[in-house]
Amino acid sequence: MKKLECYIRPEKLEQVKKGLFDLGVRGMTITEVKGHGTQRGIKLMGRGGEYCVEWIDKIRLEMVLNEKQDVEEVIEIIMENAVTGNPGDGKIFIMPVEDAIRIRTGERGESIL
Amino acid sequence: MAEADTAFLLICSVLVFIMTPGLALFYGGLLRKKNIISMFAMCFVAIAVVGVVWFLLGYSLAFSPNFLGGFIGGLNFASMANVSFMNPGIYSPAIQDMVYMIFQLMFAVITAAIIASPFVERVKFSSFIVFIALWVLLVYAPIAHWVWGDGGWLKGLGALDFAGGTVVHVNAGFSALAIALVIKQRRGYPKDLGEPSNIPYVLLGTGLLWLGWFGFNGGSSLQANGIAALAMVNTMFSACAAGFVWLILFWIKTGKASTLALATGILAGLVAVTPAAGFVEPWEAVVIGMCVSVICFVALNLRSKSRVDESLDAWSVHGVGGLWGALATGIFASIGAAGLIAGNPGQILIQLIDILATMGYAFGVSFGLAWVLKKTIGLRVNPDEEYIGLDISQHGEKL
Repeated sequence: MKKLECYIRPEKLEQVKKGLFDLGVRGMTITEVKGHGTQRGIKLMGRGGEYCVEWIDKIRLEMVLNEKQDVEEVIEIIMENAVTGNPGDGKIFIMPVEDAIRIRTGERGESIL
Repeated sequence: MAEADTAFLLICSVLVFIMTPGLALFYGGLLRKKNIISMFAMCFVAIAVVGVVWFLLGYSLAFSPNFLGGFIGGLNFASMANVSFMNPGIYSPAIQDMVYMIFQLMFAVITAAIIASPFVERVKFSSFIVFIALWVLLVYAPIAHWVWGDGGWLKGLGALDFAGGTVVHVNAGFSALAIALVIKQRRGYPKDLGEPSNIPYVLLGTGLLWLGWFGFNGGSSLQANGIAALAMVNTMFSACAAGFVWLILFWIKTGKASTLALATGILAGLVAVTPAAGFVEPWEAVVIGMCVSVICFVALNLRSKSRVDESLDAWSVHGVGGLWGALATGIFASIGAAGLIAGNPGQILIQLIDILATMGYAFGVSFGLAWVLKKTIGLRVNPDEEYIGLDISQHGEKL
């Protein structure tokens, strides 16, 4: 089992979600977050000189994939739908998951995904 | 002249005033969260800028006696010269000149705020200010003069416009369409824009607009009399009928009873009854309201399928709704005027001339003005500023 944690542009969420649904990914969670990457925000010119907007609205999209799902394929779909080509398109982090439990029944393992 | 009339018109003036902050809520809630403050800023600055322009020149160009053969007023009332707070003026024997002036000022303000629609989420605040200051002088004042001014050519022709169906709504709607064509789409239109960010704002705004509209239409009788009462009653019934019809249409189309559909319908009904309010029977107001929702529903769906980003649909609701209202006035007018069903088919022709003249002038001059400003001071913010949102990039503030 792998967990994907993606940081994407809010306006791309609908497209990304649709792409993932079409691929058969079912469970996912989103959080509205603010942040910045290596660019440290967006620099703008104002009357009083340059200023920087550091905290940019992003969506954190999290999902856990079972072994039957092709992680690379999922990543490709996310990239395809979240990309604009400009800095600020976001990142994807992948991490292993030890176990999974369905609270309602107490079932364990990746069959619950 | 009676104190009751003065008191009534002063109250109606402040009722019309509240429409502009109401419009800020209505429009603001439809935008993305990062641009809501900028919407409020546009509406409030419209009050301030139009107020100053009205004081200096606007009122005079719209309402001072004729100059240039019915096209525009002269300079007799510039800076409030010859506008008496003691005596009645040329427009109503019932109220003081200055009462009439402030009532009309509120109309100019709300009209300027309505045309913020194609500017939202992408235009420099400074350019918006320059645009509306010039627009009030070049577009609003002449059209108001044609229809309501002393010696205006459409007034002379016998055009019926009780409270501004053409002057306010057709004018604002078609100006907005022209401006949208010059400014072009927001980045990411339409697929990246998402849902309206705050529906309760929209509904609260609708409520304030509706409240203000009683003053808008009722006060246009310029007296506290039965016609004012009739206008308020018609305002109520048309809005109710239109809101309900739009809700049902949307419900059938999508399976959901959208509150936005209800609110849009209410607005369309208010727009359509505006030119007719004091000229028709209540049942006719209901018919006008029911028809406007069908017409504007089609217009709005056409617009949103097109590539024209007239972002908040001033064209399809105010422009098209006002157009239907002005035509309907020619059909239904029976009180204090005669339309088609009262045996005067010629009125339809006069209404058509009124509509076409307003539409053509508003569209043409607004297009030209927007184009000139685009080529000189520039209209759009840069892509990064648009992405961050105008709240931060233009105003340095956020929700």
